[in-house]
Formats: sequence, C-alpha cells, structure tokens
Amino acid sequence: MANVQIFVQRFSAFVTGSWMLVRRGGRAYWAWLGLLALLIVSGAFAYAGQASRGLIVTAMRDQVSWAFYIGNFTFLVGVAAAAVILVIPAYVYQWKPIREIVIFGELLAVSAIVMCLLFVTVDIGHPERAWHLIPVLGHLNFPRSLLAWDVVVLNVYFLINFVVVTHILYRAFHGRPYEKRLVVPIVLFSIPMAVSIHTVTAFLYNGLAARPYWNSSILAPQFLASAFCSGPAILLFVLQILRRVTKFDIQDAAIRKIAELMAYTIFLNLFLHGAEAFKEYYSNSEHLLYTRYWFEGIRGHHTLVPYAWTAVGLNLLSFVLFIVPSARRNWVLLNIGCLATYVGVYIDKGMGLIIPGLTPDTLGEIYEYSPSITELRVAAGVFAIGFLVFTLMLKVAVPILLGEFQAPAAGSHARNLQLKTQNV
Amino acid sequence: MTKQWMSERANASEPAPAERSAGAPASERAGRRAGTKPPASSLSRREFGSVAAAAAAGFLLTACGPRRLHDISKDRLRQAIKTWEREYTEKFGKAVTVSDAPPIPGVLFAYALDLSRCNGNRACVEACVAENNQSRDPQVQWIRVLSMDKDKGIDFSDADPYYAPQQVPEPGRFYVPTACQHCRNAPCTKVCPVGATWTEPDGIVVIDYDWCIGCRCCMAACPYGARHFNWATPSLPSDQVNTSMHYLGNRPRPRGVVEKCTWCIQRTRAGRYPACVEVCPTGARKFGNLLDPESEIRYILENKRVLLLKPELNTMPKFFYFYGT
Repeated sequence: MANVQIFVQRFSAFVTGSWMLVRRGGRAYWAWLGLLALLIVSGAFAYAGQASRGLIVTAMRDQVSWAFYIGNFTFLVGVAAAAVILVIPAYVYQWKPIREIVIFGELLAVSAIVMCLLFVTVDIGHPERAWHLIPVLGHLNFPRSLLAWDVVVLNVYFLINFVVVTHILYRAFHGRPYEKRLVVPIVLFSIPMAVSIHTVTAFLYNGLAARPYWNSSILAPQFLASAFCSGPAILLFVLQILRRVTKFDIQDAAIRKIAELMAYTIFLNLFLHGAEAFKEYYSNSEHLLYTRYWFEGIRGHHTLVPYAWTAVGLNLLSFVLFIVPSARRNWVLLNIGCLATYVGVYIDKGMGLIIPGLTPDTLGEIYEYSPSITELRVAAGVFAIGFLVFTLMLKVAVPILLGEFQAPAAGSHARNLQLKTQNV
Repeated sequence: MTKQWMSERANASEPAPAERSAGAPASERAGRRAGTKPPASSLSRREFGSVAAAAAAGFLLTACGPRRLHDISKDRLRQAIKTWEREYTEKFGKAVTVSDAPPIPGVLFAYALDLSRCNGNRACVEACVAENNQSRDPQVQWIRVLSMDKDKGIDFSDADPYYAPQQVPEPGRFYVPTACQHCRNAPCTKVCPVGATWTEPDGIVVIDYDWCIGCRCCMAACPYGARHFNWATPSLPSDQVNTSMHYLGNRPRPRGVVEKCTWCIQRTRAGRYPACVEVCPTGARKFGNLLDPESEIRYILENKRVLLLKPELNTMPKFFYFYGT
C-alpha cells in the first residue's frame, strides 16, 4: 500500500515535471508550436466540415473507395518501424552509440502510431462506432478480418513503445536506472511486433483477390523494405536537429551506421519494386492494367503518371546517394538523400499503392482520383498532431535523459551516478 | 396476386412465416433509441444487492448500446422493429411496416440472368431504386448494367456503364447487368472487422446498417463493384418511399455506411420475386430456390450454358449468367 502511495507521488511529480518542461521554451519552440497549432486548427475545421456533410467532401467515391487518408495511414505504419532499425543494432548487437538513441526511435514510433490511428479515424464513416471493434462490448471479427488483426497489432505496438519510453523517462527523472527485466524483454518483443504491424497492414491489401495490383506475395516484403527506408530517413533528420539544438551527444558513428543500413534497405526496396515491375510487364497479362495506370496512364487518364516518375527518380537518387560511401558521409548529400527517400517512399506508399490498386475499378471503370482540399487540410492537421506529440515528448525526454531536469527528491548522489551510463 | 417465385415450387404449401408474438422487455437497441432503460421490476427488495449487481451489468450492456442484428434476440428484434416503424412513419408521414421475416427453411436463393435476352434498357435499375429506397441525391444504384463489345466478349476493361444511346440495343453491343452476386465464398463478409455483414441461411448477403463503421474494407474486397457507400446523407423524398421494408433490407440507411443488393429480401422472403425480376421487360431475369429440383433456376443450371463472373476468384456466386438462346 505504501509502495503504491510512493509510486503515485513519484509519478505525479513526473507528470508535473513534464508539464513544466513543455511550458518552457525559446522563440523557435513557440513558433514551431504555433505553426503546428495553425495546421491543427485548419485540419479541425476541415474535419468538422467532413463530419457534418459526410465523406462526400473528399474526392473518394465508390470506384476509389480508399485513397489519401488510407495511403497516409499505410505510409505511417512504415514510419513506426523506425524504432526497430535502431533496436536491432542496439539490443541484439549491443552496439552502444545507437543504444543511446533508441528511445528517439521509440518516441517516433509512438507519434507515428498516433497519426495512423487518427488517419483511420478520419477515414471511416462512423468513428463514433469505433467501440464496435472492442471484443465483448462490440464484435471484433478476429481472426477472419485482417483489419481486426491490424487493430490488435497497432494498439499493442503503441502500448509497448509507450510503456517503455514512459518507464525509462520516469525512472531517469527520479535518478534511477530503468528496470532491465521490464525493458529488455519488451524492447525485444517490439522487433517482431514492428514486423507484424507492417506485415498485417500489407496483408490487409494483399488478401484481396479482387484487386490484382495488391494480390501479389511481394507486397508484404516490399512494405517492410520501404518502411526501413522512410523511418530511418526521418530519424536522421531528427538526430541531426537534436544534436544541434540540445546538448545531447549523438555520435557521428551512430548516424553513419544508420545511413549505411539505409543503403541496404533502399536497394532492397528498389529491387522488390523492380521484381514486381518485371513480372507485370513481361507476363503482360490483363493485370498489367493497374501498373500501367501508375506508370503510363491508360485510355487518356494520366493523373498519377507524374507522381510515379517523381517517386522513381527520387528512389534512384537516394539509392545513389546512400550506396556511395563518400556521398553519405557528406552531410549535405546525406540530407538530400534522406529527403529524397522520405518523399519517394511517401509518394510510392501513399498514392502509388492505394490509387492504382483501385483504378480501374473491379468493373473496369476509371475514376481519376486526386485529393480534395478537405483531405489535404485534414491530413496536414493529422501530421501536425503527430509532430506536436513528437515535439512535446522530445521536449520532456531530452532534458531528463541529459540529467538537466530531475525530481527534487532524487538527491544529488543519484544524479551523476546514472545519467552518463544509462542514457537509454 | 403478384408473381411469386414460391408458386413454382413443387410443394408451395409451406406457409409464410407467421408473425411472432410481441416480445417482452425493451431491447437494448430500442431502449437506447427511445431513451429508456430495461425494466428490472421482477426482483424483490430483499435482493437489493443482486439487483444492484444486475442493474450495473444491465447498465453496462445498455450503456454500451445495441448489439449486432446478427446476434439480436427475437424479442429485442420485435421491439427494435416497433421503434423503427414509429420512427420511419413519423419521418415520411406514411404508415411504414418493417418486416422481420426470417429465412424460410429449405430455401437457398439463386439468380440467373439471360445474357441473350438483356437489351440494356435498365428498367431493372429504376425498379431497384424505387423498391429499395436508395438515395436519389446523391444517386445510389445497386444494379450496374455494362455495355460491352460483341467482338470482345465479356471484358471489364472495355465495359461502358454510362452508355446513353437513343435506343437500345445498340448494334454490335451486348449488356451485362451486375449487382451483388451473393457469393457462397464471399470476400466482403470475411474482411469486415466488426462482423456487420454476413450471409443469411437463405444465401442472402446482408448488412447491419446500425453496426457498420464505414471502413469500406468490404468495398475493396468485392470483385463485382456491388457495394456502395453513402458518401453523403441519403435523400429519399416522402412521396417516393417504399413503405414495405425489411429490417435487413430496404429500410433507410444513414450516412457513412455501406449498402448493397439484398435480392429484395422484403419481397423474396414473402415469396415474391425481386423487383428487377418482376419488371424486366425482356424476361432476362430469373430467380428461385436452388434447393428445389423443380425450380426454374435448377432447370437453367441443368440445361443452359451457364457462366460466372470472375470464376477464377473462387467466390462461388449464386448469381448465374446464361445464354437462353
């Protein structure tokens, strides 16, 4: 009982401390939050319009019944993998430079999953019925429905990352090392979970025989490959910003290692894309139609073609920039490479996966989709919420991990003792 | 007496499903709509503790709202139907009846369409909209007639759903009407995360409009473009409403849910033909009981050249296309 009381006291001190941290900040911090707030308000108004008039305010129709929202969802499931590409070197190979920064991957994963869940919420016709998914209260069609699987794995992945980062920060705040028996198993468990969220999301599309463009067994591996490109690309930006604006010591070696890993994943992603394109074009069956719609346009419909070739160009560019060691050691080129990777995968997974999967529709009709203003505003709002969550979590995490900010009760003896050694 | 698929049956003596007696206490669904709580009057005061527990459990269930129509008890269904009838009657200013006719034992519905007779007049589309209370604006249509090139045969990539000539049939064209194929191996019901769509024992694939969350997985899964989403609030003028409804069929749909052909469940479970079959001026549309060896459907399957749409997907439709001549 006394233990519980102490825990409650300590945890509320942690929460109050976190609250103090997010309220303090320089001009750049508040300008950034202001920008995000603007985007969130704009998105909220756009969503209010959608909520009152229905999904008719989007450009989706019966022919293309999933589009920009679901594309963003799919992309962000990939981003959530960022953590795992750090977890593997850190915890499986015990590589110290990365071990110190794993937590940023986990924070990114938490923010990405928040965005994923929001994108699904804004996409469905009756978000207020979401409780129908809860077993017993509602009816979760598990294991038959892959969306049911996705609900399960996304929430579990969110939960384990959230628990781990909260635990680590809470302990660091009180000047105590984290509980290894808790953290290590959960972090190791997060590896198969990260693979699961991608695989299950891929299977969501993959299992639909009605859509030949998705009904290819290369889809899940390709999801994983592209996820391991885009997630680390964002992380590399974040890590560079962090070491510029905070005292956090992120070693060049860590960044170089991530860039090196990306060279392999970008190659793999391109290879799988190439394998798919070869199979479609060489066999030249009626299923080629969808791939052709993406790359060439069919029957005078060319809306997506510029997206397709932009993505191809960016993916090739990022491959060159990452595979050449001297290029990826050059900071400017590295950042160009990261941007190219991020945008290339975003187009590929957002527009390139969903829209050609549904165009032409199952009865051969071509409805040319391109997102409405409402969809763009809502999506920007969701991204802003994700960035806000990520920013605030970093605002709390960095000073605590640096030992600059601790519970008053923690005592000076604990302070120096663990922060340098237990930075994760 | 309208035409009935039932009259063709060898033993047509089976009675129409009798009205079941009105059930007792309020259903969760009706209760929530009417803003009432289920009564707990039968318990004595001495059992206060258990009453409290039961009330808590009851409240929990009630607070958590309705159940799927798939799982709802007969009593609760009766109650829900009363609520709907009251609600719709008020809304449209006409007496609306909502049927809860269950599947008829020994009946598995099937449909057949004679491609050599269909001339693309689309009377079926209009009759379907009128019968099933589809939204007039934006337009929702469950039947889609595709105009195809006779030289190419059935080729969806060359199909035209928006053909509008002065006169049908157009030279060199033939017509393939599509709608829900009521697959035995339905990909749409499999993918629904909340089990809001399922196949009834008589083979009709239905949707619970009050349970659907509008995720549209089923639309992505359907190989026949049969499922339609209510992107906006459906509009249904009072003077055009069909007041004869079925709880799994043509009752008004809310915005943000999926709907589709139910083989006119409100008619067919009462022994009648679907509206499209009844209206078709060329007699291209056939409907009946697959389990009845004497039925027209069985005759067609046994004697005509029959084909399925996209048989390679193994969806096993109960909607058969055939060449009558």
